[in-house]
Amino acid sequence: MIAATLIFYMLASILVVAAFMVVVSRNPVHSVLWLILAFVNSAGLFVLLGAEFLAMVLVVVYVGAVAVLFLFVVMMLDLNRLAWREGFQKAMPLGIAVSVVLLTEIVVMVGGWSSAKGAAALRQAPMPDPASVPNTQALGEVIYTNYFYLFQGAGLVLLVAMVGAILLTHRRHPGVRRQSVAAQIARRKEDSLKLNKVPTGKGIS
Amino acid sequence: MAEFWTGTLWPLIVIVFQCIAIVAPLFAVIAYLTFAERKVIGAMQLRKGPNVVGPFGLLQPIADGVKLFAKETIIPTGADRPVFILAPILTLTLSLIAWAVIPFDKGWVIADINLGVLFLFAVSGLGVYGIIMAGWASNSKYAFLGGLRSAAQMVSYEVSMGLILVSVILTAGSMNLSTIVEAQANSVWYVIPHFPMFVLFVISILAETNRHPFDLPEAEGELVAGYNVEYSAMPFALFFLGEYGNMILMSSICAIMFLGGWLPPFNIWPFTVLPGIMWFGIKVAAILFVFLWVRATFPRYRYDQLMRLGWKVFLPLSLAWVVLTAGVLMMFGLLPGQGS
Repeated sequence: MIAATLIFYMLASILVVAAFMVVVSRNPVHSVLWLILAFVNSAGLFVLLGAEFLAMVLVVVYVGAVAVLFLFVVMMLDLNRLAWREGFQKAMPLGIAVSVVLLTEIVVMVGGWSSAKGAAALRQAPMPDPASVPNTQALGEVIYTNYFYLFQGAGLVLLVAMVGAILLTHRRHPGVRRQSVAAQIARRKEDSLKLNKVPTGKGIS
Repeated sequence: MAEFWTGTLWPLIVIVFQCIAIVAPLFAVIAYLTFAERKVIGAMQLRKGPNVVGPFGLLQPIADGVKLFAKETIIPTGADRPVFILAPILTLTLSLIAWAVIPFDKGWVIADINLGVLFLFAVSGLGVYGIIMAGWASNSKYAFLGGLRSAAQMVSYEVSMGLILVSVILTAGSMNLSTIVEAQANSVWYVIPHFPMFVLFVISILAETNRHPFDLPEAEGELVAGYNVEYSAMPFALFFLGEYGNMILMSSICAIMFLGGWLPPFNIWPFTVLPGIMWFGIKVAAILFVFLWVRATFPRYRYDQLMRLGWKVFLPLSLAWVVLTAGVLMMFGLLPGQGS
Protein backbone atom coordinates (compact mmCIF):
# COMPACT_ATOMS: atom_id res chain seq x y z
CA MET A 1 0.00 0.00 0.00
CA ILE A 2 2.92 2.31 0.68
CA ALA A 3 3.92 2.01 -2.96
CA ALA A 4 0.43 2.90 -4.20
CA THR A 5 0.33 5.96 -1.96
CA LEU A 6 3.78 7.05 -3.07
CA ILE A 7 2.84 6.65 -6.72
CA PHE A 8 -0.38 8.55 -6.12
CA TYR A 9 1.43 11.52 -4.63
CA MET A 10 4.03 11.43 -7.40
CA LEU A 11 1.41 11.43 -10.16
CA ALA A 12 -0.79 13.98 -8.41
CA SER A 13 2.04 16.43 -7.79
CA ILE A 14 3.30 16.15 -11.37
CA LEU A 15 -0.26 16.65 -12.56
CA VAL A 16 -0.71 19.82 -10.53
CA VAL A 17 2.66 21.23 -11.56
CA ALA A 18 1.98 20.41 -15.22
CA ALA A 19 -1.47 21.99 -15.10
CA PHE A 20 0.06 25.10 -13.52
CA MET A 21 2.73 25.23 -16.21
CA VAL A 22 0.04 25.08 -18.91
CA VAL A 23 -1.23 28.41 -17.64
CA VAL A 24 2.05 30.17 -16.98
CA SER A 25 4.13 29.01 -19.97
CA ARG A 26 5.08 31.86 -22.25
CA ASN A 27 5.31 29.63 -25.28
CA PRO A 28 1.95 28.18 -26.39
CA VAL A 29 3.62 25.04 -27.77
CA HIS A 30 5.17 24.41 -24.36
CA SER A 31 1.71 24.89 -22.86
CA VAL A 32 0.30 22.13 -25.04
CA LEU A 33 3.20 19.85 -24.16
CA TRP A 34 2.58 20.46 -20.44
CA LEU A 35 -1.10 19.75 -21.05
CA ILE A 36 -0.15 16.40 -22.56
CA LEU A 37 1.94 15.61 -19.49
CA ALA A 38 -1.09 16.46 -17.35
CA PHE A 39 -3.28 14.12 -19.43
CA VAL A 40 -0.83 11.25 -19.12
CA ASN A 41 -0.55 11.71 -15.37
CA SER A 42 -4.30 11.77 -14.92
CA ALA A 43 -4.41 8.52 -16.90
CA GLY A 44 -1.99 7.16 -14.30
CA LEU A 45 -4.38 8.26 -11.55
CA PHE A 46 -7.20 6.40 -13.29
CA VAL A 47 -5.10 3.25 -13.31
CA LEU A 48 -4.56 3.61 -9.56
CA LEU A 49 -8.34 3.89 -9.12
CA GLY A 50 -8.79 0.60 -10.96
CA ALA A 51 -10.33 2.22 -14.05
CA GLU A 52 -7.75 0.97 -16.58
CA PHE A 53 -10.11 1.22 -19.52
CA LEU A 54 -10.81 4.90 -18.90
CA ALA A 55 -7.09 5.51 -18.46
CA MET A 56 -6.23 3.94 -21.80
CA VAL A 57 -9.07 5.71 -23.57
CA LEU A 58 -7.93 9.00 -22.07
CA VAL A 59 -4.49 8.45 -23.54
CA VAL A 60 -5.73 7.20 -26.91
CA VAL A 61 -8.36 9.88 -27.44
CA TYR A 62 -7.06 12.96 -25.68
CA VAL A 63 -3.33 12.51 -26.01
CA GLY A 64 -3.26 10.51 -29.23
CA ALA A 65 -5.79 12.56 -31.17
CA VAL A 66 -7.12 15.74 -29.59
CA ALA A 67 -3.81 17.06 -28.28
CA VAL A 68 -2.12 16.32 -31.62
CA LEU A 69 -4.63 18.59 -33.32
CA PHE A 70 -4.08 21.24 -30.63
CA LEU A 71 -0.37 21.03 -31.23
CA PHE A 72 -0.89 21.22 -34.97
CA VAL A 73 -2.90 24.41 -34.73
CA VAL A 74 -0.68 26.05 -32.14
CA MET A 75 2.49 25.23 -34.05
CA MET A 76 1.12 26.78 -37.21
CA LEU A 77 0.24 30.07 -35.51
CA ASP A 78 2.71 32.81 -36.05
CA LEU A 79 2.59 34.40 -32.65
CA ASN A 80 4.19 37.69 -31.99
CA ARG A 81 4.74 37.79 -28.26
CA LEU A 82 5.52 41.50 -28.09
CA ALA A 83 2.17 42.35 -29.64
CA TRP A 84 0.46 40.44 -26.87
CA ARG A 85 1.97 42.67 -24.26
CA GLU A 86 0.44 45.82 -25.72
CA GLY A 87 -3.18 44.80 -25.24
CA PHE A 88 -2.51 43.22 -21.86
CA GLN A 89 -3.07 46.33 -19.73
CA LYS A 90 -6.24 47.24 -21.57
CA ALA A 91 -7.79 43.77 -21.46
CA MET A 92 -6.86 43.15 -17.83
CA PRO A 93 -9.93 44.72 -16.13
CA LEU A 94 -12.30 42.88 -18.49
CA GLY A 95 -10.52 39.60 -17.86
CA ILE A 96 -10.68 40.06 -14.10
CA ALA A 97 -14.37 40.95 -14.31
CA VAL A 98 -15.18 37.82 -16.31
CA SER A 99 -13.21 35.59 -13.94
CA VAL A 100 -14.92 37.10 -10.89
CA VAL A 101 -18.35 36.46 -12.44
CA LEU A 102 -17.41 32.88 -13.30
CA LEU A 103 -16.00 32.25 -9.83
CA THR A 104 -19.14 33.63 -8.18
CA GLU A 105 -21.29 31.39 -10.34
CA ILE A 106 -19.27 28.33 -9.43
CA VAL A 107 -19.44 29.19 -5.72
CA VAL A 108 -23.21 29.71 -5.92
CA MET A 109 -23.69 26.48 -7.84
CA VAL A 110 -21.56 24.35 -5.57
CA GLY A 111 -22.90 26.01 -2.41
CA GLY A 112 -26.49 25.29 -3.33
CA TRP A 113 -25.73 21.77 -4.51
CA SER A 114 -28.03 19.03 -3.27
CA SER A 115 -28.07 15.51 -4.61
CA ALA A 116 -31.21 13.75 -5.78
CA LYS A 117 -32.67 11.24 -3.35
CA GLY A 118 -31.46 8.02 -4.91
CA ALA A 119 -28.17 9.50 -6.08
CA ALA A 120 -26.10 8.46 -3.08
CA ALA A 121 -27.04 4.81 -3.53
CA LEU A 122 -26.40 5.00 -7.28
CA ARG A 123 -23.02 6.61 -6.71
CA GLN A 124 -22.07 3.78 -4.42
CA ALA A 125 -22.47 1.27 -7.22
CA PRO A 126 -22.46 2.90 -10.63
CA MET A 127 -21.19 -0.30 -12.17
CA PRO A 128 -21.09 -3.95 -11.22
CA ASP A 129 -18.31 -4.87 -8.84
CA PRO A 130 -14.97 -4.47 -10.70
CA ALA A 131 -13.63 -7.58 -9.01
CA SER A 132 -16.25 -9.82 -10.60
CA VAL A 133 -16.67 -8.18 -14.02
CA PRO A 134 -13.76 -6.85 -16.09
CA ASN A 135 -13.58 -3.10 -16.45
CA THR A 136 -14.27 -3.08 -20.15
CA GLN A 137 -17.28 -5.33 -19.90
CA ALA A 138 -18.80 -3.28 -17.09
CA LEU A 139 -18.43 -0.07 -19.09
CA GLY A 140 -19.79 -1.78 -22.19
CA GLU A 141 -22.89 -2.90 -20.29
CA VAL A 142 -23.55 0.61 -19.08
CA ILE A 143 -22.98 2.35 -22.42
CA TYR A 144 -24.20 -0.14 -24.98
CA THR A 145 -26.96 -1.90 -23.05
CA ASN A 146 -28.42 0.22 -20.27
CA TYR A 147 -28.04 3.63 -21.88
CA PHE A 148 -28.05 2.64 -25.52
CA TYR A 149 -30.37 5.40 -26.77
CA LEU A 150 -28.49 8.13 -24.95
CA PHE A 151 -25.26 6.83 -26.47
CA GLN A 152 -26.76 6.86 -29.95
CA GLY A 153 -28.07 10.37 -29.32
CA ALA A 154 -24.60 11.54 -28.36
CA GLY A 155 -23.27 9.94 -31.53
CA LEU A 156 -25.83 11.82 -33.61
CA VAL A 157 -24.86 15.12 -32.02
CA LEU A 158 -21.24 14.44 -32.93
CA LEU A 159 -22.23 13.50 -36.46
CA VAL A 160 -24.13 16.77 -36.90
CA ALA A 161 -21.12 18.69 -35.59
CA MET A 162 -18.85 16.85 -38.00
CA VAL A 163 -21.09 17.45 -41.00
CA GLY A 164 -21.33 21.11 -40.04
CA ALA A 165 -17.59 21.51 -39.74
CA ILE A 166 -16.99 19.83 -43.10
CA LEU A 167 -19.68 21.92 -44.76
CA LEU A 168 -18.18 25.14 -43.41
CA THR A 169 -14.64 24.40 -44.49
CA HIS A 170 -15.07 22.37 -47.65
CA ARG A 171 -14.66 24.34 -50.84
CA ARG A 172 -14.32 23.14 -54.37
CA HIS A 173 -11.43 24.94 -55.96
CA PRO A 174 -12.01 25.40 -59.67
CA GLY A 175 -9.25 24.32 -61.97
CA VAL A 176 -7.78 21.66 -59.67
CA ARG A 177 -6.94 18.47 -61.52
CA ARG A 178 -7.81 15.53 -59.34
CA GLN A 179 -6.53 12.02 -59.62
CA SER A 180 -9.23 9.54 -60.54
CA VAL A 181 -7.82 6.20 -59.53
CA ALA A 182 -10.72 4.26 -61.05
CA ALA A 183 -10.14 5.89 -64.43
CA GLN A 184 -6.42 5.17 -64.24
CA ILE A 185 -6.93 1.52 -63.44
CA ALA A 186 -9.65 1.13 -66.05
CA ARG A 187 -7.29 2.30 -68.81
CA ARG A 188 -6.20 -0.46 -71.15
CA LYS A 189 -3.27 -0.74 -73.48
CA GLU A 190 -5.58 -0.46 -76.50
CA ASP A 191 -6.94 2.91 -75.33
CA SER A 192 -3.63 4.60 -74.99
CA LEU A 193 -1.17 2.92 -77.32
CA LYS A 194 -1.24 2.54 -81.09
CA LEU A 195 1.46 0.96 -83.22
CA ASN A 196 1.88 2.45 -86.66
CA LYS A 197 3.90 1.12 -89.52
CA VAL A 198 5.03 4.34 -91.12
CA PRO A 199 5.96 4.05 -94.79
CA THR A 200 9.23 5.80 -95.60
CA GLY A 201 8.80 9.33 -96.89
CA LYS A 202 5.06 9.44 -96.24
CA GLY A 203 4.43 10.03 -92.58
CA ILE A 204 1.02 9.73 -91.02
CA SER A 205 -1.54 12.28 -90.13
CA MET B 1 9.06 -3.67 6.96
CA ALA B 2 9.29 -7.32 5.97
CA GLU B 3 5.97 -6.91 4.22
CA PHE B 4 7.32 -3.92 2.31
CA TRP B 5 10.34 -6.00 1.28
CA THR B 6 8.41 -9.02 0.01
CA GLY B 7 5.39 -7.11 -1.27
CA THR B 8 6.98 -4.14 -3.00
CA LEU B 9 10.73 -4.03 -3.19
CA TRP B 10 11.47 -7.59 -4.29
CA PRO B 11 8.88 -7.56 -7.15
CA LEU B 12 10.34 -4.19 -8.20
CA ILE B 13 13.85 -5.67 -8.43
CA VAL B 14 12.51 -8.65 -10.38
CA ILE B 15 10.72 -6.33 -12.81
CA VAL B 16 13.84 -4.24 -13.31
CA PHE B 17 15.79 -7.37 -14.24
CA GLN B 18 12.99 -8.53 -16.53
CA CYS B 19 13.11 -5.17 -18.30
CA ILE B 20 16.87 -5.48 -18.77
CA ALA B 21 16.38 -9.02 -20.05
CA ILE B 22 14.09 -7.65 -22.75
CA VAL B 23 15.79 -4.38 -23.61
CA ALA B 24 19.35 -5.69 -23.96
CA PRO B 25 18.54 -8.37 -26.57
CA LEU B 26 16.21 -5.88 -28.24
CA PHE B 27 19.08 -3.47 -28.85
CA ALA B 28 21.13 -6.29 -30.31
CA VAL B 29 18.23 -7.21 -32.60
CA ILE B 30 17.81 -3.59 -33.65
CA ALA B 31 21.52 -3.35 -34.47
CA TYR B 32 21.43 -6.49 -36.57
CA LEU B 33 18.14 -5.45 -38.17
CA THR B 34 19.94 -2.48 -39.69
CA PHE B 35 22.62 -4.88 -40.89
CA ALA B 36 20.00 -7.29 -42.29
CA GLU B 37 18.29 -4.42 -44.02
CA ARG B 38 21.45 -3.42 -45.85
CA LYS B 39 22.32 -7.01 -46.72
CA VAL B 40 18.80 -7.88 -47.93
CA ILE B 41 18.42 -4.75 -50.02
CA GLY B 42 21.93 -5.28 -51.32
CA ALA B 43 21.03 -8.79 -52.42
CA MET B 44 17.84 -7.57 -54.06
CA GLN B 45 19.74 -4.93 -55.99
CA LEU B 46 22.59 -7.31 -56.91
CA ARG B 47 25.06 -5.61 -54.61
CA LYS B 48 27.04 -7.08 -51.75
CA GLY B 49 25.98 -4.75 -48.96
CA PRO B 50 28.32 -4.13 -46.03
CA ASN B 51 31.13 -6.69 -46.22
CA VAL B 52 34.27 -4.97 -44.98
CA VAL B 53 34.01 -4.68 -41.19
CA GLY B 54 34.47 -8.14 -39.73
CA PRO B 55 33.58 -11.45 -41.42
CA PHE B 56 30.70 -10.84 -43.90
CA GLY B 57 30.53 -7.31 -42.48
CA LEU B 58 29.03 -8.68 -39.28
CA LEU B 59 30.66 -6.01 -37.12
CA GLN B 60 29.24 -3.17 -39.22
CA PRO B 61 26.41 -2.25 -36.78
CA ILE B 62 28.92 -2.01 -33.94
CA ALA B 63 31.17 0.21 -36.01
CA ASP B 64 28.17 2.40 -36.85
CA GLY B 65 27.23 2.60 -33.19
CA VAL B 66 30.75 3.61 -32.17
CA LYS B 67 30.81 6.21 -34.93
CA LEU B 68 27.53 7.78 -33.82
CA PHE B 69 28.63 7.69 -30.19
CA ALA B 70 31.93 9.39 -30.90
CA LYS B 71 30.48 12.24 -32.94
CA GLU B 72 29.72 15.67 -31.63
CA THR B 73 26.13 16.46 -30.65
CA ILE B 74 25.15 19.66 -32.39
CA ILE B 75 22.19 21.68 -31.18
CA PRO B 76 21.18 24.46 -33.59
CA THR B 77 21.18 27.98 -32.13
CA GLY B 78 17.58 28.62 -33.08
CA ALA B 79 16.37 25.37 -31.57
CA ASP B 80 14.20 25.05 -28.52
CA ARG B 81 16.79 23.24 -26.40
CA PRO B 82 14.67 21.29 -23.88
CA VAL B 83 12.14 20.10 -26.45
CA PHE B 84 14.90 19.40 -28.98
CA ILE B 85 16.67 17.07 -26.55
CA LEU B 86 13.46 15.56 -25.17
CA ALA B 87 12.11 14.50 -28.57
CA PRO B 88 14.55 11.65 -29.38
CA ILE B 89 14.47 10.42 -25.76
CA LEU B 90 10.68 10.27 -25.93
CA THR B 91 10.73 8.39 -29.22
CA LEU B 92 13.07 5.69 -27.95
CA THR B 93 11.39 5.40 -24.54
CA LEU B 94 7.97 4.93 -26.08
CA SER B 95 9.21 2.25 -28.44
CA LEU B 96 10.63 0.39 -25.41
CA ILE B 97 7.66 0.85 -23.03
CA ALA B 98 5.29 -1.11 -25.24
CA TRP B 99 7.37 -4.28 -24.86
CA ALA B 100 6.06 -4.60 -21.29
CA VAL B 101 2.86 -6.25 -22.52
CA ILE B 102 4.21 -8.38 -25.38
CA PRO B 103 4.07 -12.12 -24.57
CA PHE B 104 7.12 -13.90 -26.00
CA ASP B 105 5.99 -17.33 -24.93
CA LYS B 106 3.33 -18.81 -22.71
CA GLY B 107 3.59 -16.69 -19.56
CA TRP B 108 6.72 -14.84 -20.72
CA VAL B 109 5.42 -11.34 -20.29
CA ILE B 110 6.26 -8.59 -17.81
CA ALA B 111 2.76 -7.17 -17.38
CA ASP B 112 -0.04 -9.57 -18.27
CA ILE B 113 -2.72 -6.87 -18.21
CA ASN B 114 -6.29 -7.21 -19.40
CA LEU B 115 -6.09 -4.22 -21.70
CA GLY B 116 -2.88 -5.16 -23.48
CA VAL B 117 -4.13 -4.20 -26.93
CA LEU B 118 -5.39 -0.85 -25.73
CA PHE B 119 -2.10 -0.19 -23.96
CA LEU B 120 -0.18 -0.86 -27.16
CA PHE B 121 -2.52 1.40 -29.02
CA ALA B 122 -2.12 4.18 -26.47
CA VAL B 123 1.67 3.94 -26.56
CA SER B 124 1.86 3.93 -30.34
CA GLY B 125 -0.45 6.93 -30.33
CA LEU B 126 2.05 8.78 -28.16
CA GLY B 127 4.80 8.01 -30.66
CA VAL B 128 3.66 10.93 -32.81
CA TYR B 129 4.92 13.39 -30.23
CA GLY B 130 8.56 12.47 -30.58
CA ILE B 131 8.44 13.32 -34.25
CA ILE B 132 6.25 16.38 -34.04
CA MET B 133 8.34 17.80 -31.18
CA ALA B 134 11.55 17.17 -33.12
CA GLY B 135 10.08 18.89 -36.17
CA TRP B 136 8.99 21.94 -34.26
CA ALA B 137 11.96 22.29 -31.91
CA SER B 138 14.51 22.15 -34.73
CA ASN B 139 13.25 25.53 -35.92
CA SER B 140 13.92 24.54 -39.51
CA LYS B 141 11.52 24.44 -42.42
CA TYR B 142 12.42 20.97 -43.67
CA ALA B 143 12.20 19.45 -40.23
CA PHE B 144 8.90 21.20 -39.56
CA LEU B 145 7.31 20.02 -42.80
CA GLY B 146 8.56 16.49 -42.17
CA GLY B 147 7.14 16.54 -38.66
CA LEU B 148 3.74 17.77 -39.83
CA ARG B 149 3.51 15.19 -42.59
CA SER B 150 4.47 12.38 -40.36
CA ALA B 151 2.06 13.40 -37.61
CA ALA B 152 -0.82 13.57 -40.09
CA GLN B 153 0.16 10.21 -41.52
CA MET B 154 0.46 8.43 -38.19
CA VAL B 155 -2.83 9.81 -36.90
CA SER B 156 -4.63 8.75 -40.10
CA TYR B 157 -3.40 5.20 -40.15
CA GLU B 158 -3.97 4.71 -36.44
CA VAL B 159 -7.70 4.98 -37.02
CA SER B 160 -7.87 2.06 -39.43
CA MET B 161 -5.35 0.10 -37.37
CA GLY B 162 -7.64 0.47 -34.38
CA LEU B 163 -10.60 -0.85 -36.35
CA ILE B 164 -8.58 -3.80 -37.65
CA LEU B 165 -7.59 -4.68 -34.11
CA VAL B 166 -11.24 -4.39 -33.03
CA SER B 167 -12.24 -7.23 -35.35
CA VAL B 168 -9.46 -9.40 -33.93
CA ILE B 169 -10.49 -8.50 -30.38
CA LEU B 170 -14.09 -9.38 -31.19
CA THR B 171 -13.08 -12.79 -32.49
CA ALA B 172 -10.83 -13.54 -29.53
CA GLY B 173 -13.21 -12.04 -26.99
CA SER B 174 -10.39 -10.44 -25.01
CA MET B 175 -7.95 -7.56 -25.05
CA ASN B 176 -5.29 -9.54 -23.24
CA LEU B 177 -2.55 -10.43 -25.71
CA SER B 178 -1.84 -13.82 -24.11
CA THR B 179 -5.53 -14.70 -24.22
CA ILE B 180 -5.68 -13.68 -27.89
CA VAL B 181 -2.88 -16.12 -28.66
CA GLU B 182 -4.52 -18.86 -26.57
CA ALA B 183 -7.76 -18.28 -28.46
CA GLN B 184 -5.86 -18.92 -31.69
CA ALA B 185 -4.59 -22.19 -30.25
CA ASN B 186 -8.19 -23.31 -29.82
CA SER B 187 -9.32 -22.26 -33.28
CA VAL B 188 -7.10 -21.21 -36.19
CA TRP B 189 -4.60 -18.41 -36.61
CA TYR B 190 -6.55 -15.27 -37.30
CA VAL B 191 -4.67 -14.72 -40.52
CA ILE B 192 -7.06 -17.26 -42.08
CA PRO B 193 -10.46 -15.81 -41.19
CA HIS B 194 -9.16 -12.24 -41.20
CA PHE B 195 -6.88 -12.44 -44.21
CA PRO B 196 -7.93 -9.10 -45.78
CA MET B 197 -7.38 -7.40 -42.43
CA PHE B 198 -3.95 -9.01 -42.17
CA VAL B 199 -2.98 -7.42 -45.47
CA LEU B 200 -4.39 -4.08 -44.40
CA PHE B 201 -2.61 -4.33 -41.06
CA VAL B 202 0.76 -5.02 -42.64
CA ILE B 203 0.32 -2.01 -44.92
CA SER B 204 -0.84 0.12 -42.00
CA ILE B 205 2.18 -0.74 -39.90
CA LEU B 206 4.40 0.33 -42.78
CA ALA B 207 2.67 3.70 -42.66
CA GLU B 208 2.63 3.82 -38.86
CA THR B 209 6.39 3.30 -38.63
CA ASN B 210 7.03 5.76 -41.47
CA ARG B 211 8.67 3.09 -43.58
CA HIS B 212 8.77 2.71 -47.34
CA PRO B 213 6.69 3.21 -49.40
CA PHE B 214 5.16 5.66 -46.91
CA ASP B 215 8.37 7.30 -45.75
CA LEU B 216 7.17 10.76 -46.72
CA PRO B 217 8.42 12.41 -43.54
CA GLU B 218 11.95 11.73 -44.66
CA ALA B 219 11.49 11.92 -48.40
CA GLU B 220 15.12 12.67 -49.24
CA GLY B 221 14.28 14.29 -52.56
CA GLU B 222 12.02 16.97 -51.13
CA LEU B 223 12.71 17.23 -47.42
CA VAL B 224 16.37 16.11 -47.25
CA ALA B 225 15.63 13.92 -44.24
CA GLY B 226 12.49 15.28 -42.69
CA TYR B 227 12.02 15.71 -38.99
CA ASN B 228 15.50 14.54 -37.99
CA VAL B 229 17.51 16.66 -40.39
CA GLU B 230 18.95 18.86 -37.61
CA TYR B 231 19.91 15.95 -35.39
CA SER B 232 23.37 14.50 -35.18
CA ALA B 233 25.32 11.90 -33.21
CA MET B 234 23.49 10.33 -30.25
CA PRO B 235 20.13 12.13 -30.55
CA PHE B 236 20.02 10.96 -34.16
CA ALA B 237 20.97 7.46 -33.05
CA LEU B 238 18.10 7.51 -30.55
CA PHE B 239 15.64 8.33 -33.35
CA PHE B 240 17.13 5.57 -35.42
CA LEU B 241 16.87 3.04 -32.60
CA GLY B 242 13.32 4.19 -31.90
CA GLU B 243 12.29 3.74 -35.52
CA TYR B 244 13.74 0.24 -35.81
CA GLY B 245 12.44 -0.67 -32.35
CA ASN B 246 8.98 0.36 -33.53
CA MET B 247 9.35 -1.80 -36.62
CA ILE B 248 10.10 -4.84 -34.48
CA LEU B 249 7.32 -3.96 -32.08
CA MET B 250 4.74 -3.62 -34.83
CA SER B 251 5.88 -6.90 -36.37
CA SER B 252 5.44 -8.58 -32.99
CA ILE B 253 1.93 -7.16 -32.64
CA CYS B 254 1.15 -8.46 -36.11
CA ALA B 255 2.56 -11.89 -35.21
CA ILE B 256 0.52 -12.03 -32.01
CA MET B 257 -2.71 -10.79 -33.53
CA PHE B 258 -2.71 -12.73 -36.78
CA LEU B 259 0.02 -15.36 -36.79
CA GLY B 260 -0.60 -17.00 -33.43
CA GLY B 261 2.32 -15.55 -31.45
CA TRP B 262 4.37 -18.36 -29.94
CA LEU B 263 2.20 -21.18 -31.33
CA PRO B 264 3.67 -23.69 -33.78
CA PRO B 265 1.77 -23.96 -37.09
CA PHE B 266 0.54 -27.45 -36.25
CA ASN B 267 0.49 -28.93 -32.80
CA ILE B 268 2.18 -32.18 -33.87
CA TRP B 269 5.65 -33.61 -33.47
CA PRO B 270 8.15 -31.97 -35.81
CA PHE B 271 6.71 -28.54 -35.14
CA THR B 272 6.53 -28.79 -31.37
CA VAL B 273 10.29 -29.42 -31.07
CA LEU B 274 11.11 -25.72 -31.31
CA PRO B 275 10.25 -23.73 -28.16
CA GLY B 276 7.53 -21.11 -28.44
CA ILE B 277 9.88 -18.16 -28.34
CA MET B 278 11.65 -19.49 -31.44
CA TRP B 279 8.38 -19.62 -33.35
CA PHE B 280 7.63 -16.11 -32.19
CA GLY B 281 11.04 -14.98 -33.42
CA ILE B 282 10.59 -16.69 -36.77
CA LYS B 283 7.24 -15.00 -37.34
CA VAL B 284 8.55 -11.57 -36.35
CA ALA B 285 11.56 -12.05 -38.63
CA ALA B 286 9.28 -13.01 -41.52
CA ILE B 287 7.25 -9.81 -41.15
CA LEU B 288 10.41 -7.75 -40.77
CA PHE B 289 11.64 -9.27 -44.01
CA VAL B 290 8.46 -7.98 -45.66
CA PHE B 291 9.37 -4.51 -44.37
CA LEU B 292 12.75 -4.72 -46.10
CA TRP B 293 11.39 -6.38 -49.22
CA VAL B 294 8.78 -3.64 -49.65
CA ARG B 295 11.49 -1.03 -49.26
CA ALA B 296 13.49 -2.52 -52.10
CA THR B 297 10.45 -2.96 -54.33
CA PHE B 298 7.99 -0.09 -54.23
CA PRO B 299 8.32 3.57 -55.18
CA ARG B 300 7.24 6.20 -52.66
CA TYR B 301 3.60 7.23 -52.44
CA ARG B 302 2.64 10.81 -53.11
CA TYR B 303 1.19 12.61 -50.08
CA ASP B 304 -2.38 12.90 -51.38
CA GLN B 305 -2.34 9.26 -52.47
CA LEU B 306 -1.25 8.28 -49.00
CA MET B 307 -4.09 10.20 -47.38
CA ARG B 308 -6.57 8.83 -49.90
CA LEU B 309 -5.45 5.28 -49.19
CA GLY B 310 -5.76 5.77 -45.45
CA TRP B 311 -9.09 7.55 -45.25
CA LYS B 312 -10.97 6.45 -48.34
CA VAL B 313 -9.83 2.85 -48.71
CA PHE B 314 -8.57 1.45 -45.43
CA LEU B 315 -11.05 3.13 -43.11
CA PRO B 316 -14.26 2.04 -44.91
CA LEU B 317 -12.86 -1.45 -45.54
CA SER B 318 -11.83 -2.05 -41.96
CA LEU B 319 -15.09 -0.57 -40.64
CA ALA B 320 -17.10 -2.84 -42.93
CA TRP B 321 -15.03 -5.79 -41.76
CA VAL B 322 -15.76 -4.99 -38.11
CA VAL B 323 -19.49 -4.98 -38.88
CA LEU B 324 -19.15 -8.22 -40.85
CA THR B 325 -17.15 -9.91 -38.09
CA ALA B 326 -19.60 -8.81 -35.43
CA GLY B 327 -22.50 -10.00 -37.56
CA VAL B 328 -21.01 -13.42 -38.27
CA LEU B 329 -20.03 -13.95 -34.64
CA MET B 330 -23.48 -12.89 -33.49
CA MET B 331 -25.16 -15.22 -35.97
CA PHE B 332 -23.18 -18.28 -34.88
CA GLY B 333 -23.41 -17.34 -31.21
CA LEU B 334 -19.64 -17.04 -30.84
CA LEU B 335 -19.53 -13.67 -29.14
CA PRO B 336 -18.26 -13.73 -25.56
CA GLY B 337 -21.22 -13.77 -23.19
CA GLN B 338 -23.49 -15.52 -25.69
CA GLY B 339 -22.83 -18.68 -23.79
CA SER B 340 -21.38 -20.97 -26.44
